[in-house]
Amino acid sequence: MKTTLKHFKKRVEYSLKMKREKYTILIPEMAPLHFRLIKPILARDGYNTDLMGYEGPEVLKKGLQYVHNDICYPCLLITGQMLTAMESGKYDPNKVAMMITQSGGGCRDSNYINLMRKAFEKAGYPQVPFLSANTWFMEYNSGVLMRISTLFMAVAGMVYGDFLMILGNQVRPYEINKGETDALIDKWIEFLINEFEHGRGYSKKAMRKNLHAMGEEFIKIQKTDEKKVKVAIVGELFLKYSVPGNNHLEEFLAEQNCEVYMPSMLGFGVYKTNGALEELKKFGGKPWKRVIMEIVMKWYFGIEDLLISAIEEFPQFTAPERVTDLVHRAEGIIDRANSMGEGWYVAAEVLEFAEHGYENVVCVQPFGCLPCHVAVKGVLNKVRQVNPKVNAVDIEYDPGATKVNQENRIKLMLAVARENLEKENA
Amino acid sequence: MRIGIDVGSTTIKCVVLDDENKIIHNSYERHFAMITEKTKEVMEGVMKKFDIKEPVYLSISGSAGMGLAENAGIPFVQEVYATKVAVSNRIPDTDVVIELGGEDAKILFLKGNLEVRMNGTCAGGTGAFADQMASLMNITGDEMNELATNCEKVYSIASRCGVFAKTDIQPLLNQGARKEDISASIFKAIVNQTITGLAQGHPIEGNVVYLGGPLTFMSYLRDSFDEALHLKGTLPEDSLLFVALGAAYYANEPIDLNEALKKIGEKKEFSVESALEPLFKNEDEYKEFCDRHAKDTVKHRDSFDLSEEVFLGIDSGSTTLKLVLIDRDGNILYDRYTSNQGRPIDVVVELLKEMYENYPDLKVTRAAVTGYGEEMMKSALGINLGIVETVAHFTAAKFFLPDVEFIIDIGGQDMKCFKIVNGAIDNIFLNEACSSGCGSFLQTFAGSLGYEIAEFAKIGLFGRNPVDLGSRCTVFMNSSVKQAQKEGVLVEDISAGLSISVVKNALYKVIRVHTAKELGEKIVVQGGTFLNDAVLRAFEKELGVNVIRPDIAGMMGAYGAALYAKNSKSTAEGGLISKEELNEFTYETKSINCNGCNNHCNLTVNTFPGGRKFIGGNKCEKPVTKKSSDDSLNLYEYKLEYFRKTLEHQPENPKGTIGLPMALNMYEMMPFWHAFFTSLDYKVQISGFSNRKMYIKGQGTIPSDTVCFPAKMVHGHIIQLIEDGVDAIFFPCLTFNFNEKRGENHYNCAVIAGYPEVIGANIRDFKNCKYICEYLGPHNKKHFKKSMWELMNKYFDPISKAEVYSACDVAYAAYELYVNEIRNKAMEIIQVCRMQNKKIVCLAGRPYHTDPEINHGIHKLIAQLGFGVISEDSVSYYMKKITLNLRNQWTYHARLFSAAAYVSRQPDMYLVHLVSFGCGLDAITTDEVRSILESEGKLYTQIKIDEVTNLGAVKIRLRSLIAAIAQQEEEAK
Repeated sequence: MKTTLKHFKKRVEYSLKMKREKYTILIPEMAPLHFRLIKPILARDGYNTDLMGYEGPEVLKKGLQYVHNDICYPCLLITGQMLTAMESGKYDPNKVAMMITQSGGGCRDSNYINLMRKAFEKAGYPQVPFLSANTWFMEYNSGVLMRISTLFMAVAGMVYGDFLMILGNQVRPYEINKGETDALIDKWIEFLINEFEHGRGYSKKAMRKNLHAMGEEFIKIQKTDEKKVKVAIVGELFLKYSVPGNNHLEEFLAEQNCEVYMPSMLGFGVYKTNGALEELKKFGGKPWKRVIMEIVMKWYFGIEDLLISAIEEFPQFTAPERVTDLVHRAEGIIDRANSMGEGWYVAAEVLEFAEHGYENVVCVQPFGCLPCHVAVKGVLNKVRQVNPKVNAVDIEYDPGATKVNQENRIKLMLAVARENLEKENA
Repeated sequence: MRIGIDVGSTTIKCVVLDDENKIIHNSYERHFAMITEKTKEVMEGVMKKFDIKEPVYLSISGSAGMGLAENAGIPFVQEVYATKVAVSNRIPDTDVVIELGGEDAKILFLKGNLEVRMNGTCAGGTGAFADQMASLMNITGDEMNELATNCEKVYSIASRCGVFAKTDIQPLLNQGARKEDISASIFKAIVNQTITGLAQGHPIEGNVVYLGGPLTFMSYLRDSFDEALHLKGTLPEDSLLFVALGAAYYANEPIDLNEALKKIGEKKEFSVESALEPLFKNEDEYKEFCDRHAKDTVKHRDSFDLSEEVFLGIDSGSTTLKLVLIDRDGNILYDRYTSNQGRPIDVVVELLKEMYENYPDLKVTRAAVTGYGEEMMKSALGINLGIVETVAHFTAAKFFLPDVEFIIDIGGQDMKCFKIVNGAIDNIFLNEACSSGCGSFLQTFAGSLGYEIAEFAKIGLFGRNPVDLGSRCTVFMNSSVKQAQKEGVLVEDISAGLSISVVKNALYKVIRVHTAKELGEKIVVQGGTFLNDAVLRAFEKELGVNVIRPDIAGMMGAYGAALYAKNSKSTAEGGLISKEELNEFTYETKSINCNGCNNHCNLTVNTFPGGRKFIGGNKCEKPVTKKSSDDSLNLYEYKLEYFRKTLEHQPENPKGTIGLPMALNMYEMMPFWHAFFTSLDYKVQISGFSNRKMYIKGQGTIPSDTVCFPAKMVHGHIIQLIEDGVDAIFFPCLTFNFNEKRGENHYNCAVIAGYPEVIGANIRDFKNCKYICEYLGPHNKKHFKKSMWELMNKYFDPISKAEVYSACDVAYAAYELYVNEIRNKAMEIIQVCRMQNKKIVCLAGRPYHTDPEINHGIHKLIAQLGFGVISEDSVSYYMKKITLNLRNQWTYHARLFSAAAYVSRQPDMYLVHLVSFGCGLDAITTDEVRSILESEGKLYTQIKIDEVTNLGAVKIRLRSLIAAIAQQEEEAK
């Protein structure tokens, strides 16, 4: 039995009644492309969702006001977004719920949800339920009832999103008819939304077929043969993809005439889930846990293979590596058992991208991120020793960091990149 | 002909090269934030001199030049890259370039593939920093350089960030340390900052070139670099102009200068998004504001009867000295407010002499001192009443608003805020680690923009679109200001924006308020900074309430001290040094090294008339009382002793030596690993307890300058072990801690879990040492034994499973013994304290806070104040499972919460929370620990510790705690 302390407050559960009353579930928009598919997928099971992409000083101010200033930037920003949504007048404050991921790992993100609850309590919204999106059955909510098929669909959404993002990024900078790539992506997203609404498009067979068709259309887009500086973005998950999070980093790099490689989101999921299995192997644990994890990983690797094989069908595109191969790249730099936060993944990714021509890297991380002290700053020196061609800059984000300082640092990396590119072309 | 222009943060430089790449023109001047105007001037100058009509090769570089170049369509070259271009043209065999600028610092590694480091979001140790430090001492940069050459000793000054360094220097100045020594220490701090902050583990060797203003003008800085790097660097000709020179080399596009000038002239609209509401909408609003605040005044009496009782209050602050003389009714008879000019004793003596000149027959009934310099003033002036600052301010505030609920005091260097509940100081917020957002910060900014502070504040009052500059550190604000300037924001809007930032920093960073309601309705603001109307207005606007600002806002500490003297019942003689003594007042300052213990504090000894002595810089009372402190009721000392004793047990014929770095979780795991290895006949040697020297040894290999100090300290320990020549260094990665069954999981923090990897990746030469940093899980006994058996066979001579397994059992037993011994000792301390009617402080942090270099002797300080000291892990087991508003998943933090819950239920116990600066997890724990304690009506006291910690602030906090406890008890009676 736990001793109940006086300061303890019971969390508000997301109940079945709330679901029936069609509470709006607000989700922070993490990746602009992938997340376009979330709403229709969740709508299948009767959830009314909306994405939040608020940005700007007012949003940050709300975050600063209600969470500890030394907390990671993503937490601060998302809390600001959530409170901005509450005050936007768009939603009924008594009929709204918040959704946020919770990894359950040793990183601070396992507690974002609780810090956000505290923030809402202080801001005068104690009634708002928070939904934890996690894979470990943490925080039971009676109102969360989803068909297994919806979960599979969500995974399919991630596969499609990755595919469109990875190919799109390799075509867009070179397209002769401006806007053609994005038009193609829009077309396919609409197609997918329609498919999902009709309960189709998420079987492995359908995915293979659709991905192939997408690829066929991407290769038809006319491209110039211009040589551009190729940059990969690696680092902390949220900041890599979130536009408000990284101060429009992708846009900035595009303006600087670069081709940008965004790593696969599915890949991170595979790495993270596999990390739990690696931990069991390294530190021991209940045998049944290991059996279950082995089964989960077998399935997950299958999905990963589906995505990567689909890209590999088109040799003109650079495909991401499979996590099982990627882990070998980190050997001698950082152990595969380290999967706290970004763990061994960043080091391996940087080496992977460098080998595929993206030796220029922007490592994004929140100011004071604990795992990044180890996984990014801690190992970059070693990574550079392994592959001296790596031209990496690490950029920290926090509410006080200015765009001008960040861009100046990136420009330095780009100046070196351009020099290297010229040498190569000469 | 090629032209290169470098628009830096404070200066603008221009170089013109002829076709043979000879410099035919150069200029270097300050731009005072008038970037566009100055750039135009420079360009026009060049055009005129060389009579340029045709397009010429031109490019612009520099941190403030980016936007300008973009607008004018002139090619821009990133400044570090420009340096590289210039160096490879001029000094091709260079290996490393160290370039310090006004607000930036860079290192370029040219050998092999180019690697460049520049200061990121957290910076310091730049030219502006050196200037700031010089102005703190009232000297110029050149004088500082001159003085440094005559230094005798070096003080350790935080090198991470200018703001920290400032808080270290201030107390040194106040203690009377020699300026020569401080100057030299500042240069050393800059060197340390550059090496840790920028090189980040990359060795600096070979041909080193120094560039930029500070390195050009300050020879001592160059010498300090040479000394730290063990080499002789070169300062090339034109060392100030390299960025401009690089820009000139880089220029490869002909530019029509007239066209470009025209474009520069067109001011781009700046983005209004980042503009805030003006402070005052109109003159009427300002008038109403002025009238309202004009009411809060103290009566001043010009003349008084010399037979009256009069009371003197002195506030010896960090940068200022304040003196107030009052009568029986609290009316002010005489007051003075001046800068302490870095030599407070001389200044106070002058002030007192002046007072006696005005009132030759004055007899002060009683006098009291408060502030940073309290102790020193007391011995210098023979005053025996002293009062902790917080209480002094509270006493003064009560005079204006008897039922005051919240007091906020922003001074030059420090900020003090406290909440008053039931007439007692309940909660104190101090800016221990950071003084951005204080008065001197505004002053420095005003100065850098070419204004006096008063004038600067005044123009800000009516800025139409105050710019949003964020609320973090000065360094961040520097770049925000830079950005604002780039966007063409007016000075008045920058001024207003800075005032707003000061307030936001205080509210959201120091006090961490969520809504104005939390502070209550009755707020008194004070401190010199609030005399600035812009700050006061910004504060009222941000909170949405009207506050009281006394007209003597800057002297509230001194006034409070005077009131305290008045109310004191003390009848002791020697209220104040007499007029005669004052006229012959001389004193002597000596600095020595204390050899009383391992800390080897740098002491400053001041000897005053009458043989009174004041010793500053000490971490404990030993040099003052000449007695060793009594450690019997101090669990922290007991732990250290336990570790020492543990190491006495060693095998007789060791097979080899295992080195354990005494850092991070080793402060708890050492008995475990010691037992394991000794039972297998290996000698176990530790790196020793941390000290400053050891830290410096490892600082060149630290890759992340923002990681917590306990982690940074590891590097020195590892290097120590390598030097000691152990056979193997054992430093395993422990993702999980023992499962103490308190919460949902039992992780270690990501830094503890992964830091051994960081060491492996950044220390390049382990010599003949094996480095073992395997991932192990002692929480799972069965699996662990197997892993250890594999590990032993992997790294050492073959060994049987049975031997390793039984060694593991011995290790578990040793750990259990340690845990029990600590718990029993704590119980004993608690019992003794209760018998002696002593109060107990649970100094709660992490096991590695036992490290004397990390805790800076805070446990001793608490013990000297008359408390018994226990640690969080010694009492947490009383409360196993508790409900929390968090996911309870880290073992160390779970103990912290349990300890807080336990302490909150003990009437004679108090919790002092030790927090490492930069500890991300404590951003989560502090609020929870606070609410656990406060829900039971307990005071929460947090102390932030870092590389160098200002013990003065710690003392204030602890003494305020004592004052609050005393008051709480009084009321309970």
